[in-house]
Amino acid sequence: MAATDGDRRLDWLALSDEEWTAIRLSLKVSAVAMIVSLPFGIFVAYLLARGKFWGKSILNGIVHLPLILPPVVTGFLLLILFGRRGVIGAFLSEYLGIVLSFRWTGAALACGVMGFPLMVRSIRLSIESVDRKLEEAAGTLGAGPAWVFITVTLPLILPGVIAGMILAFAKAMGEFGATITFVSNIPGETQTLSAAIYTFTQVPGGDAGAMRLTLVAIAISFAALLASEFLAYLIGKRVHIE
Amino acid sequence: MTLTVKARQTLGEFVLDAGFTSDGGVTALFGPSGSGKTSLVRVIAGLSKPEHGRLVVDGETLLDTESRIFVPKHRRRFGYVFQESRLFPHLSVRQNLAYGRWFAPKTAAPENFDRIVELLGIGLLLDRRPGKLSGGEKQRVAIGRALLSAPRLLLMDEPLAALDDLRKAEILPYLERLRDETSTPIVYVSHSVSEVARLADNVVIMKDGQVEAVGTPSEVLSMPSTERRDAGVVLTGTVETIDIPHRLATIRLAQAQIVVPNARVEEGRSVRVHIPERDVMVATQRPEGLSALNILEGAIAAIEPDGDGMVRIRIRCGGDMVLARITALSADRLDLRLEKPVFAVIKTVALER
Repeated sequence: MAATDGDRRLDWLALSDEEWTAIRLSLKVSAVAMIVSLPFGIFVAYLLARGKFWGKSILNGIVHLPLILPPVVTGFLLLILFGRRGVIGAFLSEYLGIVLSFRWTGAALACGVMGFPLMVRSIRLSIESVDRKLEEAAGTLGAGPAWVFITVTLPLILPGVIAGMILAFAKAMGEFGATITFVSNIPGETQTLSAAIYTFTQVPGGDAGAMRLTLVAIAISFAALLASEFLAYLIGKRVHIE
Repeated sequence: MTLTVKARQTLGEFVLDAGFTSDGGVTALFGPSGSGKTSLVRVIAGLSKPEHGRLVVDGETLLDTESRIFVPKHRRRFGYVFQESRLFPHLSVRQNLAYGRWFAPKTAAPENFDRIVELLGIGLLLDRRPGKLSGGEKQRVAIGRALLSAPRLLLMDEPLAALDDLRKAEILPYLERLRDETSTPIVYVSHSVSEVARLADNVVIMKDGQVEAVGTPSEVLSMPSTERRDAGVVLTGTVETIDIPHRLATIRLAQAQIVVPNARVEEGRSVRVHIPERDVMVATQRPEGLSALNILEGAIAAIEPDGDGMVRIRIRCGGDMVLARITALSADRLDLRLEKPVFAVIKTVALER
């Protein structure tokens, strides 16, 4: 590229196409991971908070595994289970045509799994703090269990749900080990922001690119945090006045 | 409306084994704390399941442990007013009131929203959030919310217990209107004699998880077996005149009349007056120079010593019976005998409602 000194100074901040791709991919992967895991997160959190069943502590342990295990181990387990020849992966590709290994969907799965314990913890805590007397009152007013959940429990746990979503999103943005183990580091398909920064640090003269993406990562994390604080404030104003 | 309930439930050390039948109106479950009133009402509402029990309302069996019938709480259509209002904090007052209507069957007689709002005096609160209401306001909204779910029975579990005397006085007139102006039968749990005396048509007295006595307020609240600080009689009368400057109301009983502090009553209205027996003095001559406004002339109908230095005197005053609790020493000094003419002296202040 032929460019003058002045142009070069501006270029330093301009993101290349590859870098944009990595950013867009990271946002897409994180958003999908967060949204798809949300219903499961609420369900499991409800089970753990309210359920009385055999094997509850085992379920709790499994949910928390990704938090304790080295991410590479989690990624490897995903590869065994969801890889093309994995138990679940073979079934998915054969009957549903869903392929996860070395695809961005696989990256979303890895990110979702890694963020899941954080999401469940946050939602579970807020379910446990719901005043069950209010649910009882809703029942005496004619609301069946499902309606009680939709009209009373869910609105009351919304701050916890949002906090859990943001935590899961942030975890997905930063996820590296499990993703790179499960779906590798393919530019344009599975190369997320973190993986792109890592790649930059591995090539000579990549420092500038790594720095640019680092700034972007900081900006996105900050924006997510501010958004969650603001939402929690709006909802908290509605819910916790007493 | 007929309601028959019978339940046996073990809750730790406590055993509830009680039941009653109601034919409508206001049935009060009365007794000290821990006597099982709330446990019994929770069984009626379907909030708890007894080991043995049966609940039949208008011929429909809602609970029968023997034939394994248990209709869940949301299908019983009983309104429940809790002690701590339990309004939904995320909904406005209007949305709280409307909540039960979503789930009420379309065939149910729709309670008129505006009429209930007016009856409970909550029209100005509709757009507020529950967190911004006072205790008394919250409780009135909770009552309205239960009523608007078109219940076939209203269960009220000490709805005034968490309120101070001022707020109680604010809500009691609304409850009297509720009793007189709606047809919904009510089961009212309370440990306050004055509430029961004012509101109930029938009283079920509970003690240690069992039913001790059943009857009308005037019957049960004067029963010798009930050892209560507040025992006494409940008399029914009509408001005759109201003395606005002195804030007093004169109430015509069967023959006698008594003066009570004016507690927002209207002339011509039928009211009940609870006269605690410990607030009644006995004189053998008409007292003079005395501040008490109520001096009723009568004759002694019964003398019941309680064996503990106290005597309960039943005084027949015209068509009404007044109870007085005095020491055995006073009874001896005054030489009280059956049919002796005496005067019952009642301080008006003691009749504050």
